[in-house]
Amino acid sequence: MTTQYLILSGLIFAIGALGVLIRRNAIVVFMCVELMLNACNLAFVTFARQNGNLEGQIIAFFVMVVAAAEVVVGLAIIVTIFRTRRSASVDDANLLKY
Amino acid sequence: MDPVKITDYVGTGVIGVSWLMIALPLLGAAILLVLGRITNKWGHLLGVAMSLASFVVAVLGFVELLGLSEDARRQAVHLYEFIPGMVDMGLLIDPLSLSFALLITGVGSLIHIYSIGYMSHDPDRRRFFAYLNLFVAAMLLLVLSDNYVGLFIGWEGVGLASYLLIGFWQFKPSAAVAAKKAFIVNRVGDFGLLVGMFIIWTSFGTLAFGDLQGKVGEASSGTLTAIGLLLLLGACGKSAQLPLQSWLLDAMEGPTPVSALIHAATMVTAGVYLVVRSGAFFEASSTASLVVTIVGVATLLAGAIIGCAKDDIKKGLAGSTMSQIGYMMLGAGLGPAGYAFAIAHLIAHGFFKADMFLGAGSVMHAMNDEVDMRKYGGLRKLMPITFATFMVGYLAIIGFPFLSGFYTKDGIMETAMEHGQWMGWLAVLGAGITGFYMSRMIFMTFFGEKRWDKDAHPHESPSVMTVPLILLSLGSIGLGYYLISDNRFMKFLAPAVGLPERLPEFHLFSTTTVGLSSLALVALGAGFAWYKYGKSEVPVLAPRGSFLTVFARRDLYGDALNESLFMRPGQWLTRIAVFFDNRGVDGLVNGLAAAIGGTSGRMRRLQTGFARTYALSILFGAALLAGALLLVGNI
Amino acid sequence: MGEQVTFWVLAVVSVAAALGVVFSRKAVYSALMLGGVMLCLSVLYAAQDAPFLAAVQIIVYTGAVMMLFLFVLMLVGVDSSDSFVETLKGQRFWAAIAGIGFASLIILAVGNVVFGNAKGLAAATGQGGYIRSLAGQIFTRHVFAFEVTSALLITAALGAMVLAHRERLTAKATQKDLSRARFQGDQPSPLPGPGTYARSNAIDMPALLPDGSVSEKSVNRYIARYDVEHGHLPADPKLAEAIKHSVEVEEESK
Repeated sequence: MTTQYLILSGLIFAIGALGVLIRRNAIVVFMCVELMLNACNLAFVTFARQNGNLEGQIIAFFVMVVAAAEVVVGLAIIVTIFRTRRSASVDDANLLKY
Repeated sequence: MDPVKITDYVGTGVIGVSWLMIALPLLGAAILLVLGRITNKWGHLLGVAMSLASFVVAVLGFVELLGLSEDARRQAVHLYEFIPGMVDMGLLIDPLSLSFALLITGVGSLIHIYSIGYMSHDPDRRRFFAYLNLFVAAMLLLVLSDNYVGLFIGWEGVGLASYLLIGFWQFKPSAAVAAKKAFIVNRVGDFGLLVGMFIIWTSFGTLAFGDLQGKVGEASSGTLTAIGLLLLLGACGKSAQLPLQSWLLDAMEGPTPVSALIHAATMVTAGVYLVVRSGAFFEASSTASLVVTIVGVATLLAGAIIGCAKDDIKKGLAGSTMSQIGYMMLGAGLGPAGYAFAIAHLIAHGFFKADMFLGAGSVMHAMNDEVDMRKYGGLRKLMPITFATFMVGYLAIIGFPFLSGFYTKDGIMETAMEHGQWMGWLAVLGAGITGFYMSRMIFMTFFGEKRWDKDAHPHESPSVMTVPLILLSLGSIGLGYYLISDNRFMKFLAPAVGLPERLPEFHLFSTTTVGLSSLALVALGAGFAWYKYGKSEVPVLAPRGSFLTVFARRDLYGDALNESLFMRPGQWLTRIAVFFDNRGVDGLVNGLAAAIGGTSGRMRRLQTGFARTYALSILFGAALLAGALLLVGNI
Repeated sequence: MGEQVTFWVLAVVSVAAALGVVFSRKAVYSALMLGGVMLCLSVLYAAQDAPFLAAVQIIVYTGAVMMLFLFVLMLVGVDSSDSFVETLKGQRFWAAIAGIGFASLIILAVGNVVFGNAKGLAAATGQGGYIRSLAGQIFTRHVFAFEVTSALLITAALGAMVLAHRERLTAKATQKDLSRARFQGDQPSPLPGPGTYARSNAIDMPALLPDGSVSEKSVNRYIARYDVEHGHLPADPKLAEAIKHSVEVEEESK
């Protein structure tokens, strides 16, 4: 069973990464990041059961806290950017370059 | 007789505080330079006072020295440890150094006094006196030091003072250039002196005159010749001897008292002092002493020839100075027999040349700083005192019987004749040329028609200038006889430099071949000068002149020679170095920088600003890492 | 067996939903798909002896985070659908290569490992039960990290406030300013509410003014147009006339 869970976790992670790479809407990109974090959590929980201790679950718990904080700040940034540029596309914010 | 052993001074007399001689003028210079404009009002008086005080100390020291027995007349005064284990700074009080000290402080004080009048219109008079005091202090350190290091410090100090004073009117580009030229040419000589000192140190392990005494024989003859030649190079630089003579004529850009004090009476004779003080090395190496005499003869002729063609009164006197120092150098190269005559001539020359320079300054002062003798003429009636004193100096330098130069120069020529016919005769020939060019100067300046500029109003100088002239001319009259008669000076110097095996005989009027022929030649030269410049009209504009005249006027092409031999190749070398630096060194650095810059310019295109591109590279990196871990794990 | 069934059902659903997150044109659908993935995962947590995490997943993720996402979506514009034309050259191709490559590597890696039977959490939670063990771990071993998370949350809250705060550029309009603006405009009085003096309480009925006439301004123009287009006109000719007229006036003004 562990192998199946881990493969599922890897698949969801890869899908999330793909989404980050190909979607331009900053909010969707954010959702894909959340997808990746959730995939990680699944792996943690799986390993917690496999190894018979609670460390994995606790780390998953902390990941959730961090993800929540990240979403709050990230979405605030998106709102701020949208307010000034009228766009939520990550490609539009490309001034920091050569 | 060999020089006396140097003993440490234990008495409580003035010799113990002889450092005051150096310290007082140095203090004066420091006060004048540090306090600056506050001292403008009384600065010149302080300068004179310091110089006079130094003179008084020298005289008292001299009196004390005379009171000592002959074998105790070399006293070393220890001052302090300068470089631990290497140099103890101290002063050497002996007849030689005190002779110089008396000349420097005596003539120096007179020139200080004269400068009060001469520089009275100059806004920077205070600075001038500061430099003069600095010079006096450095020169005294040079001659009084009991080791080569102290001598070298003084040597450089007088070089600095000379530089500052030649360039005193630095707003004149010619003065600034002349100062630089003097400085640079002197560097060449200093290099020789320094390397000579290095060899002395490595060969003998000491630089103190006292420790070197009696040790000279220990070194090989090659080493001694090397030391002698290197010291001679130093002496040539300071004393404007061939081949380092070129700076002296240009140095006349400085104020006239400077020319009189530094570039006639004292500093330029430092080379002679060095050769005499290092006599042991030259006596031990016949090659070195032969070279000294050759340099002396060559310079005395070159200086005399240059003096013949100069219309600038100061440059004429400068050529004469070169020539006279050539005589001294010749005497110094002849060993103990010549030392006394060389130093006696040096002292006598200090008086009559200073006298003539100050006389020339007096004339210039009267003629609105005009230096071209072709624009003088007929000044003897308007400036009687200057004329009279100048005449005394003139007669002394050409060797008019019974005056100073007559005895001292004849002594050198006689001694030279004993050593080698050729140098004797060349020295006599030089005396004849001296008779010509000095007479030319007299006739052009004081006799003949007035050829003045319209706005010239010649007048006699104030007494503050004429009194030193009179005192100096008195010295020019009697000093030679006093020093030479009964070999008085030779015996006086003996503790310092030794005595020759056979003392020369003294005649009030010598009737030897040398004496008579030199008198005849001088008379011939003076007569020719009278024919050319006294009897006939002197053109105001210099005629083109023959090939010889141009040759002399251009300083025997000394500058041209220096330029083509050293300056041009130096410039080429510099250009090559610059080219190498620009293309080679900078090219490498710049090329590397350009390569890095270009690569970076292309690499920065990777920074697109698109977050998704960066994310892609992160994912690629993660995938690569995962693949690598997988591979490593499987292996 | 039960877990196998649960797993396969939820795995298929969650992978499909995850793909939906990535490939929906509309961000709202993506958000809903994401919610689906999270719910599936929470069930999978529960199936793997992590009931606390399952609850937190639902409360924090599907509850709070998803709501935040939707809220921002509403703020930014819910009805825009994203263009799927790729603007960066080669981005999609290389993203696919990297994504598939990464996934295959992970599957390869995980597939190569032979896991023993899962130990289960029975031993770890033996004393005092599951929640007590978890709490014990968090408040003892990980108490420092826990405290740091509190700082993180406060910082995040403050940061969000600072970022979302908009500097007021003009003075706030006072009541005096507002009333002056109203009296200087064409409409000193408030707009009549719908249904004032109406005989019907329907929102599409125009209001009657105190003199009995019909106020066209009270007619909501969208509703009026709808009524005219669909023939939902009231029986009263006066009201019907007013509705029609308001639509005509609006079309003329266009």
